Amino acid sequence: MTDAIVVEGLVKRFGTTTALAGVDLTVTEGSVLGLLGPNGAGKTTVVRILTTLLAADAGRAEVLGLDVARDADAVRASIGLTGQYAAVDEYLTGFENLEMVGRLYRLPRREARSRARELLERFDLTDAADRPAKTYSGGMRRRLDIAASLIARPRVLFLDEPTTGLDPRSRLGMWEFIADLADGGTTILLTTQYLEEADRLADRMVVIDHGRVIARGTGDELKEQVGGRRLELTLARAADLGPVAERLRSLALDEPHLDEQTRKLSLPVSGGVDVISEAVRRLDGNGFEVLDLGLRRPDLDDVFLTLTGHAAEEARAGGETAQPEPATTGGALR
Amino acid sequence: MSATLVQTLADSAVITKRNLIKVKRVPDLIVFATLSPIMFVLLFRYVFGGAINLPPDINYAEFLLPGIFAQTVVFGSTVTGASIAEDLQKGLIDRFRSLPMSRSSVLVGRTVADLGLNAISIVVMAITGLIVGWRINSSFGEAVGGFLILLVFAFSISWLMAMVGLLVRTPEVVNNASFIVIFPLTFVANTFVPLETFPSVLRTFAEWNPVSAVVQAARELFGNTSEIVPVPDVWSLQNPVLYTLLWTAIFLAAFVPLAVRAYQRTASR
Ligand SMILES: Nc1ncnc2c1ncn2[C@@H]1O[C@H](COP(=O)(O)OP(=O)(O)OP(=O)(O)O)[C@@H](O)[C@H]1O
Ligand SMILES: [Mg+2]
Repeated sequence: MTDAIVVEGLVKRFGTTTALAGVDLTVTEGSVLGLLGPNGAGKTTVVRILTTLLAADAGRAEVLGLDVARDADAVRASIGLTGQYAAVDEYLTGFENLEMVGRLYRLPRREARSRARELLERFDLTDAADRPAKTYSGGMRRRLDIAASLIARPRVLFLDEPTTGLDPRSRLGMWEFIADLADGGTTILLTTQYLEEADRLADRMVVIDHGRVIARGTGDELKEQVGGRRLELTLARAADLGPVAERLRSLALDEPHLDEQTRKLSLPVSGGVDVISEAVRRLDGNGFEVLDLGLRRPDLDDVFLTLTGHAAEEARAGGETAQPEPATTGGALR
Repeated sequence: MSATLVQTLADSAVITKRNLIKVKRVPDLIVFATLSPIMFVLLFRYVFGGAINLPPDINYAEFLLPGIFAQTVVFGSTVTGASIAEDLQKGLIDRFRSLPMSRSSVLVGRTVADLGLNAISIVVMAITGLIVGWRINSSFGEAVGGFLILLVFAFSISWLMAMVGLLVRTPEVVNNASFIVIFPLTFVANTFVPLETFPSVLRTFAEWNPVSAVVQAARELFGNTSEIVPVPDVWSLQNPVLYTLLWTAIFLAAFVPLAVRAYQRTASR
């Protein structure tokens, strides 16, 4: 399979800030890549370079075999972009917004209009179609914005945090829609802060932090790295944290994490409910007051804490400070 | 016509339409485009007109109206800068820049829409002027020329303002910044008072100020000149139409390419 997106050694600086410090990634045609990272990681910067809005300082970026800097016009003709902040014209109605974007993609007028109606329908905006977008809620604007990026049926779609600010129901609807598009063969690069979202939608994920790729792989591969599940306890007394951690230590795959403030204890564990019963057995009858105890799947925070922690250690151990992807990411990862 | 030019025009038409829809939906813009010129005409005709030290026997309305026309369209063209900055802030410029549309169309569509707004202002002012005693004493062709030269000059200022909008990026700041430039340009001129009333340094500035030339050109083309207010013997004011067109050409030649380049490089953040 060919790659629809190829990024090699991408570097971008803003003054003294290095937003991207050498990012490599590829997206196979027809697949979905989830680009994950905390605030300021460089996700939007990658998207902006790939969509020709920003020039890179070094490196190569190609979309459908076209260089984003040299062949910007050809790239623009085959991509759709939904930026992090909804870019709709507030004074135009939903329909007018879509028609305008369709016309600017050079669709014939009739096609622009019929596509506009079709997408308004698909995104549940038919009732609001003839109202100025000023009157739309945040979620409606977001949906209109995404509809606009789809009007010319782009082969490659960039979605920068498409569900941020959506309520849970709209988020589910959006997920369904993105999955449909992917099934239809659209190549999608999606940035998100939610591991769950990437898990649902993406075939592969790339995690970046401080402008470097710190991990890549499928959702399962990433979670394996963070040590599967965590056992989480909330205690009534902070003073119990130490003793409880001591008793449970042998169940944990890694160092337990203690938080005095919230009186929470978190341990990476393997296995399922048997871990819970074992934990309960060990704590029972020792006078510890446990308010809450449960197994939790790792979320992006966990992936993050683990990955960044490991990355730092590996870099020190191997003396390879300049290496964007330390060897820890090996094994499970590509 | 080449294919690219046709596409540029088609894209620009789409953007112009978009901008005019906004004018229709935001009544403030219409109010600004029509009411404030009326207010200007009335204010200068009846309030300041008496206070300004004009030669006796002069026809106030005929002297003042071309000046008010010029001032209003020049102010009107500052709208371009604020609107571009607003589009930039709201992320629309990013949206447009990610589309396969021609590179100059967003700016062409903007400046053309603002030209339309200025045309509305000028019609409203002309009607108000006729009511308060302003008259056109020239041929139909010359009068049309008078309106056109005002609009074309304002159009070239719109391109300067477009670039300011792209560089300054905050609508409110664009407005304040443009007033700093536009106020002296429109007041240190023959807009409201004869040039001989200025002290010498200001007078030289006013004589070569392109706004003075536009005003003088409009007075000539509308037949609003008078023996009572002699035209200073400087080339710029003896050849006001030519001098105005020269400035218009310079503004367009400089700011169309500069603004398009700034547009291509700009980004919402
Ligand atoms: N135009 C700019 N000028 C200066 N610094 C910038 C600019 N754009 C981005 N940056 C910086 O580059 C870094 C990466 O920003 P970017 O927007 O790509 O992060 P992000 O991963 O999208 O974050 P978020 O999750 O908050 O959207 C940040 O440190 C940011 O402050
Ligand atoms: Mg971002």
